[in-house]
Amino acid sequence: MSREEYFGGVDVGASSTKSVVINSSLQLLASDVRRTGVDFEACARESMDAVLASCGRTYRDLKGAFSTGYGRHNVRFARDSRTEIACHSKAAFHFFPRRTTVVDVGGQDNKIIHIDASGRRENFKMNRKCAAGTGAFLEEVAQRIDVPLDQIDALARQSTEVVHMGSYCTVFTKTEILAHIRAGRKVPDIVAGLIESVVKRIMEMDPLTGEVVLSGGVAAHNPVLAEMLARHLKHPVHILPNAQLAGAFGAALFASEESEPKTN
Amino acid sequence: MGVGHVEKQRGPVFKKIQATKQMKEIMEQHFREMDEAAKTKSRKIAWCTSVGPAELLRAAGFLVFFPENHGAMLGASRMATDLIPTANAIGYSPDICSYLTADIGSYIQKKSPLSKSYPGIEGPPRPDMLVFNTNQCRDVQDWFNFYGREFNVPVVGVQTHRGIGAVTRAHIDSIAEQFRALVPKLEEVAGRKMDYEELKRVVGLSRQCTDLWKEVLEIAANVPSPLTFFDGTIQMGPAVVMRGEQRAVDFYQVLLAELRQRVADGVGALDDERFRLYWEGMPIWGKLRELSDQFSSLNACVLASTYCSSWVFPALDPDDPFDSMARAYIELLIVRDEDYKERYFEEQIERYRIDGMIFHDAKTCPNNSNNRYGMPERLALKHSLPTLVINGDLNDLRCYSEEQARTNIEAFIEQLSEKENQ
Repeated sequence: MSREEYFGGVDVGASSTKSVVINSSLQLLASDVRRTGVDFEACARESMDAVLASCGRTYRDLKGAFSTGYGRHNVRFARDSRTEIACHSKAAFHFFPRRTTVVDVGGQDNKIIHIDASGRRENFKMNRKCAAGTGAFLEEVAQRIDVPLDQIDALARQSTEVVHMGSYCTVFTKTEILAHIRAGRKVPDIVAGLIESVVKRIMEMDPLTGEVVLSGGVAAHNPVLAEMLARHLKHPVHILPNAQLAGAFGAALFASEESEPKTN
Repeated sequence: MGVGHVEKQRGPVFKKIQATKQMKEIMEQHFREMDEAAKTKSRKIAWCTSVGPAELLRAAGFLVFFPENHGAMLGASRMATDLIPTANAIGYSPDICSYLTADIGSYIQKKSPLSKSYPGIEGPPRPDMLVFNTNQCRDVQDWFNFYGREFNVPVVGVQTHRGIGAVTRAHIDSIAEQFRALVPKLEEVAGRKMDYEELKRVVGLSRQCTDLWKEVLEIAANVPSPLTFFDGTIQMGPAVVMRGEQRAVDFYQVLLAELRQRVADGVGALDDERFRLYWEGMPIWGKLRELSDQFSSLNACVLASTYCSSWVFPALDPDDPFDSMARAYIELLIVRDEDYKERYFEEQIERYRIDGMIFHDAKTCPNNSNNRYGMPERLALKHSLPTLVINGDLNDLRCYSEEQARTNIEAFIEQLSEKENQ
């Protein structure tokens, strides 16, 4: 009888660090999400410590672990690393094993990845240096209107008349909002306008052809984003299961594929 | 090795080009001669745009200084980003050419990489006149006009047509006529008559230089390539600032011999050349080392570029100086239309057996950023060629996100690996 095997994945992102452990059936056993902070290595280690503790395992139980995210090269316990583009693609193909367009809305950057029917990347694009349309945009502007991040989704759903934002610059949008507040526009309508702004930024990056799958923390916490994107695209948009963990999950999938063969 | 596997970052192995020593020596001679001439007023000095009529200036008796070369030095020395704001503050926008803004900032702040590289030289030599050609862009004209006002010296130039498909007789006549019209002004400042025999000799030397430089670049078609784009950005110095001089010809003969020997020995610029890439657009001067390190650590050889090929002028003909200079300086890719550019890139992809193409979208250099009208998408579709756009700038590192560029490049190589394993 073969012993169960475990694989780890850690995504040290610009805003948060995500860790997962999966088993040889590629099922998610445990996960952790925490602010990345300034010490990537320590954060990754503490995050994986927490995941392993929650599923009653140790590093010795891990047959392999891969890292991804901006801090991917700072993770000592990882045997190898892959870019976020590779890992989100991997996770997306795991759940949607067909030709798709993956959209990852991250903390500081967005990625659009076209995957072919065999799971290979045909091409990808990241947003330009500007962080407009990313999680950072929502964080900054939500703070300006005193809306906690965990209320964005619910507030946007209360909107009856979306306030269309004319600017894509985060700073200019904050100024523009002042004018909308002065004009008496309701906060839910402004919040819906912010989500719509993210949708517009995504749509202008690349043609979103075919079946679209959303990944990343912004989509995970704000499913309204998928609904609004679907309305603009006029076709359904999926959100990956545990979308915020998709990068880490993809890294763990790589670890499961590329771990050394067992010698016993 | 699994699908999508990319080697972990490791220290790159650089193969030093021995001829670099000679290149550095003649570059120093060039700058010291000019500095001496400016200080002693023994020779007149003309500032010239990088693809301006340098041959005409030399034949008129001028020593020729190229501010764009100084701009590149400001970028490579990473002085530019600190100096650009000084030019911004006096009204030169951060959105215009960052060679211009860095150079004007350098002038105002009296800080030049020349003084660091060549002790005793304070900065660029004072010009007696400035001569531009707008084939690069319109910014060079405004750049030179700034110095014309500062030094109270004449500024003359050539206005080049843009968006050209086929080069016609009318184009050549127009440019040649503008070259001829410069002569009286050059003679007036030089204080002597144009030496037309000397012009033929100089054009002949320029042609020899450019032929050799072309051979240097085209040797990268070998597998593995003995030369990288990053080597090219260093070795191109004499082709830019000393074309028309014997010492540039002598240098490229030595460089070419060394590279031919590498080919004969089967030696590549990289130990393990797995991917062959093309760089479209300006260098990111302040990040050449980092980019070179990253590409080589990923076994990706960036071996050909549009930029380094911008100083290849096969039309130059000593027996027909004016018309051939006109043709040479209007055949450049930068002034051509999109269809011509697309065909050119297709030829380069084939010639160099390119696996992927990187477009540098330089924030302050629209004329050298050929990604802005759908070119990467068209080439990718037509040739199944992976393309990548990197946002950055030639000199202004405020416009460059290193982390984002690194991730983009690494992901691009992952994509090429997947394609290779198909």
